[in-house]
Amino acid sequence: MKHKVKLERIKGPTFQELILQLETFWVQRDCVLQQPYDIEMGAGTMHPETFLRVLGPEPYRVAYVQPSRRPADGRYGENPNRLYKHHQMQVILKPAPSNIQDLYLESIRAIGINLRDHDIRFEEDNWESPTLGAWGIGWQVLLDGLEITQFTYFQQCGGVDLDPVSVELTYGLDRIAAYLQGVESVFDLRWSASERYGTVRLAEEQQFSAYSFDYADGKITRNLFDLHEQESARLLRAYAEAGPEEKKRFPVIAAYDHCLKCSHLFNVLDSRGLISVTERATLIGRVRQLACGTAAAYLDQRSGIVQASEVSA
Amino acid sequence: MKAGAPFLFEIGCEEIPARMIPLASRELKVLLEKYLGAERILDGASLEVFGAPRRLAAVCAGLRLKQEDVEREVIGPPRSVAFDSEGKPTRAAESFAAKQGVPVAALSTVSTPRGECVAARQVIKGRAAAELLGEILPKVIREIPWPKTMYWTGASGVRFIRPIRWIVAMLGNRAIPFELESVRAGNFTVGHRFLGKSRIPVTRQDYVARLRRNFVLVEPQERREKVEREMAKLASDRDLQVNADEGLLEMVTYLNEYPTAILGHFDPGHLELPEEVLITVMRGHQKYFALRDRRGRLAAHFLAIINMKRDSKGIVRAGHERVLRARFADARFFWQSDQKCRLADNLPKLKAVTFQAKLGTYAEKIDRVRSLARWLATHWQSQGLNDTGMLAADRAAELSKCDLVTGMVGEFSELQGIMGGLYARVQGEPEDVWQAVYDHYLPSGLNDALPRNLTGATVALADKLDTLAGCFAVGLAPTGSSDPFALRRAALGVVLIVLDRKLRLSLSETATQAVKVLLENKPGLKVTAGFEKALRNFLVDRARFIFQEKEGLAQDEVNAALAAGSDDLVDASERMRAIREIRKTPNFDPLAISFKRIRKILEKAGPQTGWRLAAVQPELFEHSAERALHEAAGRVAREAQEHKQSKRYREALQGIAELRPAVDDFFDHVMVMAEQEAVRRNRLTLLAGLLGEFSTIADFSELAPAEK
Repeated sequence: MKHKVKLERIKGPTFQELILQLETFWVQRDCVLQQPYDIEMGAGTMHPETFLRVLGPEPYRVAYVQPSRRPADGRYGENPNRLYKHHQMQVILKPAPSNIQDLYLESIRAIGINLRDHDIRFEEDNWESPTLGAWGIGWQVLLDGLEITQFTYFQQCGGVDLDPVSVELTYGLDRIAAYLQGVESVFDLRWSASERYGTVRLAEEQQFSAYSFDYADGKITRNLFDLHEQESARLLRAYAEAGPEEKKRFPVIAAYDHCLKCSHLFNVLDSRGLISVTERATLIGRVRQLACGTAAAYLDQRSGIVQASEVSA
Repeated sequence: MKAGAPFLFEIGCEEIPARMIPLASRELKVLLEKYLGAERILDGASLEVFGAPRRLAAVCAGLRLKQEDVEREVIGPPRSVAFDSEGKPTRAAESFAAKQGVPVAALSTVSTPRGECVAARQVIKGRAAAELLGEILPKVIREIPWPKTMYWTGASGVRFIRPIRWIVAMLGNRAIPFELESVRAGNFTVGHRFLGKSRIPVTRQDYVARLRRNFVLVEPQERREKVEREMAKLASDRDLQVNADEGLLEMVTYLNEYPTAILGHFDPGHLELPEEVLITVMRGHQKYFALRDRRGRLAAHFLAIINMKRDSKGIVRAGHERVLRARFADARFFWQSDQKCRLADNLPKLKAVTFQAKLGTYAEKIDRVRSLARWLATHWQSQGLNDTGMLAADRAAELSKCDLVTGMVGEFSELQGIMGGLYARVQGEPEDVWQAVYDHYLPSGLNDALPRNLTGATVALADKLDTLAGCFAVGLAPTGSSDPFALRRAALGVVLIVLDRKLRLSLSETATQAVKVLLENKPGLKVTAGFEKALRNFLVDRARFIFQEKEGLAQDEVNAALAAGSDDLVDASERMRAIREIRKTPNFDPLAISFKRIRKILEKAGPQTGWRLAAVQPELFEHSAERALHEAAGRVAREAQEHKQSKRYREALQGIAELRPAVDDFFDHVMVMAEQEAVRRNRLTLLAGLLGEFSTIADFSELAPAEK
């Protein structure tokens, strides 16, 4: 029992300092600093800055925090690690640089982790999102046995093979902060110098857990799902029928917004236990159809705009 | 004297999934041997391969530096055409020589089947090994097979398991020049990600040692031994023992380039949880080894394998302990919340869980498994196996799938069955019921444990038979390597359980019953034509495999016994054992040869309807050897029948083997295909009777003669 470490002694950055450190790190590596998307979503990947930007040939680098809602993971704020809503730091580098693993490890060093004092490893974990028609190859990065990042080379998105390949880094901010501050429960995290995570977020966790497990009305939620699906599908059909001029400023991204709504409403229905196994596959397929339709329309629209600008030049 | 040069090849890669490394290194060896062999530069030298998380490597003490020159003779026009009457070369000779690139004077004459021809001798210069390797090595990299590959430079780029970041390719002291996805092969390798240098010049001779100095143990065996040694030390320091886990040991060997064992501790209060849960939590997510005290009880310690030299500040240990605390807290939550209701209360929920689209929900499957289990239990009772009750089998079948909707199995799917058993135990189910639920997925492999009681065996059989019958019925029989419902494992399990418990079960009757239950449960199910026969053959094929691989029987013994009947596998196995014992006796081989001969004669004689008499007619015998065989056969048949009925197969076969002199005598003196039709048909009938009579234990004609 020599070398016993009191975790309490490790102070670590506040939650917001951690965000600032990572943002600064990636901004210095030429990333656009984006903001969270203003629609509920289960993961930062669904943000259009990832879902749409990884499509097509144009290089791009972006970083942002995305609050991610997973209704089934809510625990009424009673579990120290499971949350209805957690925070992901999402980084997209397109194309993936060849030293990307080293870059990533530098970012870990930048948040105060001495790589020689820890056990950091890359363990196989291929990411797949059936609702987005997306998948990639990669790892979960473990810090002393704790999963801190999902590291993925995107291969397909919206059913489209990607060229070039983007790399996606998704940091689990809440658990990284809890580790660095040495607290057992995320609710004990120091969010700022004066406020705890629990003060900032507990009520939200309690209420949204209650909503997704107990209050959400099945019929209304289904109706909302259907309405958003109809609107998204209507837009995608209209895009297909639009002439070249109309296509240029056609609201493809709006079709995607409604697809995102469907994805979240599906998760609500799921956490209410209202989806049977067979229905699950059908509903996922319906959302995927919207996602893939958006991806195809987005690519078509982009290539039309690029061609037009080449002609005018 | 061979001009050999040491060879070193290393593919440097981002972290390869641990479970794939052993197979990939073997494939690397196979590919290199194939191509280096084909280009004649391997020259019988042996290749050694290594695999670690960030590299696959191959080394060879000596490759030829250059292919040997090869001489080749090209045959040209006939001599008479190539040279005129004065012996001067014609245009034909000149153009042939020019084409082959030799002077006319160098042409020689050879004799061929079409007469004397001119020939040109060519020497094909051997190519340098370095040049050949520059072509072979990129090809080898591309051809290593992986379960799932990726591209990283672009959609048209090379596909590999993870991005390739460096390549070492050395022949002697020279780098082999080639490039793959902008990575140039050279002589620099990369050490441990955090402890080693990132640019290390290496040769074949110093490769292993230099990497070791940079905290990469490139030889898997060395890593494995380090893990085992350190774990044993840490355990024995505390008077504990490592909970043996070969699969986990293999995993950590390939997860780390410099594995080091560290000891962690957890709150002994967690030991209240069942040890199956504790071990699964430690093993599944965290890859920790559990420890046991002298009395075999789980200790509140674990061993983690880290990819570092040491954990001098205890930071890594504290981190792992923290993660485990949260995992155990989760498990404890599931253990408690799952018990808020009784297992059987989960039955309605199974109506919403699909087993297979056409075969319905798990609730429907349970109905079928219960019905089959009751049928089997009745069957055992009629055989005097009284240690199972129909009620116990029915109850265990009813509870068997109830854990699928528990939180614990949702989190740790590998605990299915086990959790059901554990929950059934704490909820006061009788021992044979909870054990049956616990065990009913067993066995998961050829040498895995089997259900520990007959009730468990019954439920395991019923579950597997229902899965098999259902999947075969709706056209989901396995094809090639695709077997998504693990039907091979299910069939293997059926046979293993039947043989282990010596359960007398007619395969065809059982399959028919499983199908009957299925169709009662799912009336109107559209079934595939001929599936019952396919299912039966599938089971017999698995049995064949088990008899050979597990019971160590020879292929011809298995075939001989199964050809004489494969519906009752326990009986077939007893017959195989009898064959195995008896085939060593002197009469046996010659008799087997005679039976083969009889079979051939009968086959030649055409369909039996064309010649077979109602019975052998002794008055048609012309030779005493016929009569002697007929009488001996009759006597032996009666005895054999008695032995057979009391399952004394060895004695029965012994008796049959004693027919040998009579059979030999018959063939020595009697011509079966006599000219006179009545005599001929009588003789054929005698032989047909003999073959039929004595093939009910084993088909002797399947047996290969012993090698002398």
